[in-house]
Amino acid sequence: MARIRVTNRREVLLGAASAASLLALISEVAAQTPPPAAPAATPPEASPYEQALDKILGDAKPSPGKINIEIPEIAENGNTVPYAISIDSPMTATDHIKAIHVLSTANPLPFVASFGFTLLSGKAAVSSRMRLAKTQEVSVIAEHSSGRFIAAKRTVKVTIGGCGG
Amino acid sequence: MSLRPRIKLPETIRIGEIIEVKTLISHTMETGQRRDKDGKPIPRKIINAFRAAFDGTPVFTAELHPGTSANPYIVFHFKVPGPGELELTWSEDGGAVVSERLKINAEA
Repeated sequence: MARIRVTNRREVLLGAASAASLLALISEVAAQTPPPAAPAATPPEASPYEQALDKILGDAKPSPGKINIEIPEIAENGNTVPYAISIDSPMTATDHIKAIHVLSTANPLPFVASFGFTLLSGKAAVSSRMRLAKTQEVSVIAEHSSGRFIAAKRTVKVTIGGCGG
Repeated sequence: MSLRPRIKLPETIRIGEIIEVKTLISHTMETGQRRDKDGKPIPRKIINAFRAAFDGTPVFTAELHPGTSANPYIVFHFKVPGPGELELTWSEDGGAVVSERLKINAEA
């Protein structure tokens, strides 16, 4: 599990809680704390998302693949963005999807969830809900039983969640 | 974690059928990134894992991270090999565990 420190308070705050309490929190914190210092330690190195991606892929290179991603193009509430992911697969011992990883490209903490499938799953399909701090791409990586990876991305515009969009 | 999870299965299940299992558990999924009124960090507390097993054999797993919304909702599929027991387990940071056992009365 990744523990990545982020110094940007706005982004950090935006990842959480209800919109109303968020607004209150943001103004309070803004009043109390000096502006966050730029992250000094890591210059133009890998972003938290790129580091997370490296953790999943290791040395492997994903190829673009057919991943069905159902996710709203515009999410009104970044606190719960519903998604459904599925991949056509016979799900046999020699040809199945082992895992589907879901990452956010611009949340302070990029990991959303990793789902593991077995032959008893019958289908490589999953639905859940994610948090999105702001408008960004959602990245889905799937791992085939052969060890190959396929990847796909979707952009989601986030209306309440602040920062961008 | 005292609340019971909510689970939805089809009413009738046939052997060999791929069924959809819908699950929801109430949980704040505190990210560890927020601060309280006094500026103190609120410690992370999330459901970090979910597992489904049928008569002890893994069916589906989910590793959850702070990017998963509060009240984690997970829908997965299960190819029913026959009658048996489906066990669903949610694990929280700190080690607390909630599990539910469901009889699967699959018919031919």
